[in-house]
Amino acid sequence: MKKLMIGNEAVAWGLYNGGIGLVSSYPGTPSTEITEFLAKHDDIHSEWAPNEKVAMETAFGASLAGMRSVCAMKHVGLNVAADPLFTLSYTGVTGGMVVCVADDPAMHSSQNEQDSRHYAIASKVPMLEPSDSAEAYAFAKSAFELSEKYDTPVLLRMCTRIAHSQCVVDIGEREEVPLKDYVKQPSKYIMMPGYAKLRHPVVEERTEKLRTLAEDCMYNRVELAENSEIGIITSGCSYLYVKEVFGDSVSVLKIGMPNPLPEKLIREFAAKVKKLYVIEELDPVIENHVKALGIEVTGKGLFSAIGEFSQKTIREAFVKEGIAVKDIPEVQGEAPAVPGRPPMMCSGCPHRGMYYTLVKNHITVLGDIGCYTLGAVAPLNALDSTLCMGASVSGIHGFNAARGSETEKKTVAVIGDSTFMHSGMTGLVNIAYNATNSTVIILDNSITGMTGHQQNPTTGYNIKGDPAAKVNLEALCKALGINRVRVVDPYDLKACEEAVLEELAAEEPSVIISRRPCVLLKYVKPKKPLNVDTAKCRGCKKCMKMGCPSISFKEGKARIDKTLCVGCGVCSQLCAFGAIGGEEA
Amino acid sequence: MKTTSIMIVGVGGQGSLLASRLLGTLLTDEGYDVKVSEVHGMSQRGGSVVTYVRYGEKVYSPIVTEGECDYIISFEKLEAARYAACLRKGGKIIVNTQEIDPMPVITGAAEYPTGVLEDLKAKGFDVDDFDALTPAMEAGSAKAVNIVLMGHFAKHTDIPKEKWLAAMEKVINPKFLEINKKAFDLGYGS
Repeated sequence: MKKLMIGNEAVAWGLYNGGIGLVSSYPGTPSTEITEFLAKHDDIHSEWAPNEKVAMETAFGASLAGMRSVCAMKHVGLNVAADPLFTLSYTGVTGGMVVCVADDPAMHSSQNEQDSRHYAIASKVPMLEPSDSAEAYAFAKSAFELSEKYDTPVLLRMCTRIAHSQCVVDIGEREEVPLKDYVKQPSKYIMMPGYAKLRHPVVEERTEKLRTLAEDCMYNRVELAENSEIGIITSGCSYLYVKEVFGDSVSVLKIGMPNPLPEKLIREFAAKVKKLYVIEELDPVIENHVKALGIEVTGKGLFSAIGEFSQKTIREAFVKEGIAVKDIPEVQGEAPAVPGRPPMMCSGCPHRGMYYTLVKNHITVLGDIGCYTLGAVAPLNALDSTLCMGASVSGIHGFNAARGSETEKKTVAVIGDSTFMHSGMTGLVNIAYNATNSTVIILDNSITGMTGHQQNPTTGYNIKGDPAAKVNLEALCKALGINRVRVVDPYDLKACEEAVLEELAAEEPSVIISRRPCVLLKYVKPKKPLNVDTAKCRGCKKCMKMGCPSISFKEGKARIDKTLCVGCGVCSQLCAFGAIGGEEA
Repeated sequence: MKTTSIMIVGVGGQGSLLASRLLGTLLTDEGYDVKVSEVHGMSQRGGSVVTYVRYGEKVYSPIVTEGECDYIISFEKLEAARYAACLRKGGKIIVNTQEIDPMPVITGAAEYPTGVLEDLKAKGFDVDDFDALTPAMEAGSAKAVNIVLMGHFAKHTDIPKEKWLAAMEKVINPKFLEINKKAFDLGYGS
């Protein structure tokens, strides 16, 4: 079957046809769709795990049991799962195991642009890196066999442009792979010093075998040009940009396996060209390898370690080098300067009422990762920090430990329901156990929002949408050692303010659960849009302080966009003149 | 043949993903090599979004950079201007005249510029502007703006209307197919 599909769907098809039995993942842009597409198949086990470490360890367990298994995550998710990864490199696998990791150069939806290839090198695990959906399918499909043949987990690196770009893929049939027999192998799977010492040499030998494979395999290939003095070593989407600019007019060594890198192949390629370049997004991983071989090469001196590349990047760099580039585009004209359009919280977003309350009371807010990170932008400017998943809860404890009662009474941590499940719980235990008087607000919108509505352990549904065990957040927080736990509706500004002020004043740690489902959820029916009574509106702009995209200011009065308003009613609570209501003025 | 590049630009939530999938499916069915680049994640939340569609004999890059774009299809006035530098000399901008205030305008930090499209035209840009919202509402949903725009764009291609409708049947949920067919017709006729 031939079909146009994004890279992530192609990965899912490759894994499915390659005989996957289990996938366990935590959502994260740009990796989420891999697991969503796999979950459409009812003949394999699929699930959203509470975090990436749990996901990878679940995949490990399935591999140990003899099943081909997968976990998928975004680049920063691999930080969370790094612990099992490094030792999985030692144990190797029984059923083939693939770890999909999606980097986000240019940070379309991320907090940093780390380069996952460093993890492959550091953990001594082979890594594959496709350039488009068709390769993503082929590489993913081959990864289980690679994993089993070399007794290692395999990393499959995607990046945003490949994960979310479509091209035509020819997908074949699924290979049914029976479970392998389970055999107890203590020296392979119990990584205590005595056994681990025996495994490390195995890892080193494996790397040498994989390096031999890298010299001649389906992943790396040389495309020699006639009469070209220029040679370019490249990988991932950079390969596409190189081909876009040069076509077949320069020689290319395309690297599809960035770890381990070949030596002979690179030396031979370098010997055939006069001038050698490495073009790779983010860090100089291939470049450093080439330089370590003693080969002269131009890389990061010409190409940035920051952000994404494009064909424009390549053209401009080579023009700078004095190398002729044909078909330089000619623009129609300059674009006029226009106001920016940053992303923002939706109309009726339940987070807005709580944020307004915090801002109004000049509260310091340690933030976390999710839709609610958008509370950081104008006009709310509600956040003081955002680091990584769970850092709001752990961070407020340190913040208050450093400054004591001075900040305890006017600082909160905010974290979403899914993020709290991911890595907020342990921070909350620390608050209770090591006793700072900290206040944590769980922004419970009953879904994993930013990544596009995935279920999580607090929603009561699993990845298939079937009913599942539901974590009781109130009982959980109490069990973790917090006595003061209360629930508030963020659409009720008075109740929000009461809760925040009382819990900040309390002489012990507390949790406020700000609970209202995301307005984009299908079961949440919007109410009728509100209207501004222009006779009553004094144009004070108080309703505009909470940054609702439905409210604008035209001709001295507030105005509500009926196509956007969902009738949440938070603005009407702000209006001192009773100008905002449900009836036509 | 030369690669043709299209940019679909607008505000997160306006349905540019469906539009790019429709184009991608149609062009694949027409036998072209096609690359489509989508936007997911944070910028979808009311931010400025851009998706790329490129087709030809052999297409490598999934993205479009300055001076490369043959058609900019914009769901909103401001967004047409924002990406205008991507248009190649002689390219065309098709734009829905709807205005959606971005946050800096809502907060009063900036004004929604007046005469954006007139400025573009004065600078020599080939701008085809029309109201896609009214026909979308007429078809049955403000959300059908994306398909009205596709219908309008269809006239600029030499692909017959039946092929567009066949592609729509592949990518649109059958529940909304009738509304969208009507939206397409209204866009095609405007």
